Amino acid sequence: MSTSTGVRASARVRAHARWELRLLLRNGEQILLMFVIPIALLVALVVMRRSEIDTQVPIVMTVSLIATCFTSLAIGTGFERRSGALTFLATTPLSRVDLLLGKAIATAALASLSIAVLALVAAMMGWRPNAQWPVLVLFIVVGGGAFAALAVLLAGVLRAEAVLALANAIFVLLIVFGGVVFAAADMPSAIGQVVSLLPSAALADALQSALNGGAFPLGPLLVLVAWGTAAAMLARRTFTWD
Amino acid sequence: MSSIELGGAPTPGEVGPALIVENLVVRYGATVAVDGLSMTAETSQVTALLGPNGAGKTTTVEVVCGLRPATSGRVRLLGAEPGSRQVAERIGVMLQQGGLYPTARPLEWLTYLARLYPSHADPSALLALVGIDPSTRTTTRRLSGGEQQRVKLAAALLPNPEFLILDEPTAGLDPLARRNLLEAIGARRDSGTSILLTTHQLSDVETLADRVIVIAGGRIVADGTVSELTGADDAMSFGSRPGLDLTDLAAALPASYRVREVRAGSYVVHGPPTPQIMAAITAWCAQKGLMATDLAVGQRTLEQIVIDAGLEQP
Repeated sequence: MSTSTGVRASARVRAHARWELRLLLRNGEQILLMFVIPIALLVALVVMRRSEIDTQVPIVMTVSLIATCFTSLAIGTGFERRSGALTFLATTPLSRVDLLLGKAIATAALASLSIAVLALVAAMMGWRPNAQWPVLVLFIVVGGGAFAALAVLLAGVLRAEAVLALANAIFVLLIVFGGVVFAAADMPSAIGQVVSLLPSAALADALQSALNGGAFPLGPLLVLVAWGTAAAMLARRTFTWD
Repeated sequence: MSSIELGGAPTPGEVGPALIVENLVVRYGATVAVDGLSMTAETSQVTALLGPNGAGKTTTVEVVCGLRPATSGRVRLLGAEPGSRQVAERIGVMLQQGGLYPTARPLEWLTYLARLYPSHADPSALLALVGIDPSTRTTTRRLSGGEQQRVKLAAALLPNPEFLILDEPTAGLDPLARRNLLEAIGARRDSGTSILLTTHQLSDVETLADRVIVIAGGRIVADGTVSELTGADDAMSFGSRPGLDLTDLAAALPASYRVREVRAGSYVVHGPPTPQIMAAITAWCAQKGLMATDLAVGQRTLEQIVIDAGLEQP
C-alpha cells in the first residue's frame, strides 16, 4: 500500500541518474564513442601533426564533450522514445523534470569521466597544462549544456533511426568542418567567421584559451549560450515523449 | 519499503468510484477522438473498455494515465488529477506498445522502478510470480513477446497499485501464459485492486470483467455487465440457415418462450436459459438436419456487440 509520504525528488533523480549511467556504461558503442575514439584521436593528432600536445588536448576534449553530450545523448534518448520506455516512465512518480535532471547528471558524470580519462592519458604523454581551471569548468558546463539541449531537440522530434544517422553525421561534420580539428582561425577569413559561430568552434576555441592560459573567451561564451538557449526553448516546444 | 501484497484495497472510509470521467472530449486538430464520454470505474472491480479500432479507447486510457491532456471535461482518478504524483504512486500501468528499456534485464528494471515508489512489492518475487526467472541475464529485447508482456505486467504490479490500467495485456501470449496472467489479474481484483482493462480478446472480458463499456466514435454505445449487454438473463441465441420455419421449434418449447429470427440466419429464443431448453434447440436442429452454430446464452455475443458498434461508427 502507498504511504502518505512519497519518495523525495532528490532520491528519484538520483535513482534515474544511476539507471542511465548503468545502461550507458554497459553499452560498447557508447564506450567507443566517449573514450576509445577521443584517445585514439589524441594519439593520432600528436603523432601526425608532430606538434605540441598542449594544442591537441583541447581539440580532443571538445570531441569527447560533443560525443558524450550530443551524439550519445541524442541516440540514447531517441531509442528510449521508440521503445516506449519514456512513455511508461511518464506514468510513474518520476516527473519529466526528474527525468531530465537524472539525464543531465548522468551526462555530466560521463563527460567528467571522459575528460578525466583524457587528461590522464595526455599527462602520461607529457601534457603539462597551464590551465585556468574555473574557466575550464565553466565551459565544460556551458558547452556540455548547449550540446545536450541540441541533442534533446534532435531526439525529441525525429524517429530513432533518423536520430542515429543524423547525430553521427552532425558529429563528424562538426569535428572535421566545424572548427574543431581545423580551427576556424586557420580557415579563409569569410569561412572562418561563419564557422566560429558554430557551437563546436566556440567550444574548441574556449577550451584552447582555458587550457593554455589565454584571455577569457567571451565571444565563444556568447555563442554557446545563444545555441543552448535557442535549442532548449525549441526543444521545450517540440519534444514529444512517445 | 518492500513487501508483497495481493492488492491495494481502498483506504477505509474512501467511497465512490475509483475513476470518474465526465464529458471527456479529446481532439487532434479537426479530428474528435473522444466525444463527450462519461463513465466510472468502481472500486475493486474490473471495468473493461471495448470497441472497434479508432473508437477512442487508447486515447481515453492515455488521458486516465495522465499521458495526454483532455481538450475538455473532467477526470478524477483515486480522487485526484491524473498525472499528479499523488496518483502516479498509487497506480500501475501496462501499456499496449513498448514500455521496456531494450538493453535492461528484467530484475534491474524492476529494481530501478522500485526506487521511485514509496512502497512496492519485492521485484524478484514478483518476477517469479509472473513466470520470469529473476536471475536471468537476458535483456528485455531478447525476451519473447510473451515474456516481455509478463515483465510489463510485473512492472505494473510493482507498486501494489490501488488502480491498475491494462491495455491489451494478453496480446501475444500463448494459451497457458494467458491463463496464468488472467488468474493473476483476477487475484488482484479479488484482493481489492480496481482495474481498467482494454482488450480485443473478448473471452478475457467474459472471464474477468464485472462491467463492460463499449465505445464507438468516441462515445459510449453500451454499458453494463456481460449478462446485461448480451441479454444472458432472458435469452439464448443460435445461428443456422436463414429463413427457417420456427413453428415446430416454438411448439417444442414451453409456452412462455418465444423464438424469432432477428437477422438472416440469427435466431433468438426469449425466456430463461436452462440446460433443457438448450437441449431442445439442438434436438430440433438435429431433427431438421440443421447445424446449430454459435449456440450461446444471451441475445447477442460480445463480439456481435463490438462488430455492430464498429459498423455504426462514423
